Amino acid sequence: MSTGSASIDRRPPGFFGRLSEGVADIGEITLAWVESVGDITLFAWQTFAWMVTRLPRKDTLVFAFYQIGVRSLPVVALTGTFIGMVLAVQSYSQFRAFGLETQLGAVINRSMFRELGPVLAATMLAGRVGSSVAAELGTMRVTEQIDALVAMGANPIRYLVVPRFLACLFMIPSLTIMAVFMGVVGGGFYCTYVLNVDSFYYVNNARYADANWDLLYGVFKSVFFGAAIAILSCYRGFNCLPGAEGVGRASTAAFVQSFVVILVLDLLLSIALDNVYYFIWPEYAV
Amino acid sequence: MSESHSNARADDNGTLIAARDLTVRFGRQKVLRNITLEVPRGQTLAIIGESGCGKTVLLKSLIGLVRPTGGHVAYDGQQIDTLNDKELTALRTRYGFVFQNAALFDSLTIADNVAFPLREHRRIGQEEAYHQVRDALAMVGLPASVMVKRPAELSGGMRKRVGLARAIIMEPEILLYDEPTTGLDPIMSDVINELIIRTREQAEVTSIVVTHDMTSALKLADRIVMLYPLARLGQEQSQIIFDGTTDEIERCKDKRVAQFLRGEAGERLQEMRDSHESSRMHTALQDR
Repeated sequence: MSTGSASIDRRPPGFFGRLSEGVADIGEITLAWVESVGDITLFAWQTFAWMVTRLPRKDTLVFAFYQIGVRSLPVVALTGTFIGMVLAVQSYSQFRAFGLETQLGAVINRSMFRELGPVLAATMLAGRVGSSVAAELGTMRVTEQIDALVAMGANPIRYLVVPRFLACLFMIPSLTIMAVFMGVVGGGFYCTYVLNVDSFYYVNNARYADANWDLLYGVFKSVFFGAAIAILSCYRGFNCLPGAEGVGRASTAAFVQSFVVILVLDLLLSIALDNVYYFIWPEYAV
Repeated sequence: MSESHSNARADDNGTLIAARDLTVRFGRQKVLRNITLEVPRGQTLAIIGESGCGKTVLLKSLIGLVRPTGGHVAYDGQQIDTLNDKELTALRTRYGFVFQNAALFDSLTIADNVAFPLREHRRIGQEEAYHQVRDALAMVGLPASVMVKRPAELSGGMRKRVGLARAIIMEPEILLYDEPTTGLDPIMSDVINELIIRTREQAEVTSIVVTHDMTSALKLADRIVMLYPLARLGQEQSQIIFDGTTDEIERCKDKRVAQFLRGEAGERLQEMRDSHESSRMHTALQDR
């Protein structure tokens, strides 16, 4: 018996031992991350390739559009309304101090158009659709349904990913517009009916402050958010580890990663769009 | 046709599917090592072995669901790993695969599940698809009334039969069964066995059945191949420890084969006791 225990080296690693372990760990994490980014890029490329090669059947597409777009409308509308009202509550005292409460509409609407509308709609989509897509595809992976598709000569990316990708891509602008509209209505309602801001000046100031560019700005960003949510969620589902824990992890990872990517994309796209704006209309450059 | 194809075809001698030096590794774990296996047309081959020995991985490698790390698989002389996506898709329509838990699509009705390969590969009208689905279901002994149901509404045995109906609807040349009787009661297992035999007789297909159910293997197979887990083998030992007919396996003198046939744990019980004892000693040492 003694031979077995004697072979185990129980000495703690020295300074250089710990350092080399640390470097090895960082290396392993970096490699895994790079591999993951490469995999996702390849996955996205295959999705684009199938999108232009052969579209899925109409009934599959309609079902995905309904599930992802139509069924997300109520929750997006509700959150949009409340965010609009919350903006009114938070901003009112600041504006009131300077006697600028009739300018509230301009601020609320611009916030909704440019930032909160698209980001809220995307967050709701990531939470409601992203996690459920990852869980659904993950379960299909675990129960060999994806293998069954391949075995029957059907491409799983064409059949499962492309409809969801197209649905996210085309439905998120509508969801963004809905979130913006409800936020504008919610903010306006709270300011004029609860905080008793003069509705004529509220509407008038808001009307001249925001332009079509602001709405286009938000909708344009939302398309990228939708694409990122679809690709990340489907990828997580496809690469789900076995068992209930694997499905749960895929679902959580889909939401968390989508949310982080939404915020990063939001920053990058905002910078890019501002540059485009100042390029087209240099007279407004600060 | 590429050179490798023509070479493979030249080797072909009534062989429908052939694996040569097939090796599969997942990360650091090797599951299959240098498996060489030929299945002639019309034969029913049973691949047996204990859980974790790589039976399902071998079956999935034969259809390209698992990519081998070494060696290759040839189907009707065509080397699978050299085919492009389109050729591989065409090839897969010649296969039928019955999965362990049927792998039916939860979101589709039974009719849509069974009709799936038809709609994917053949331009077929709604009515014709309905008739073909009804016939396939009848062939596996299921009434047309199940067509509107969802997989979750069916029992395990019925789901397996739907899986079989889906596999045969394209009239494949070869049917691959992954543990067709696992999780079923003995009566339903026998029903599935009879269905496999009937399908083979009616459709004249080549069949490969992966199972650890010896009753099933002895009843169905013309030939049995037994795999052994790599972890229990030396570097030079073959992973296929038996390849022969059902009569031969019953007379086989190899202790490992005889043990599997009789369902005896043998030295595994002693290994379990040793492992428990070693784990207890390790805990005691750590506590000290």
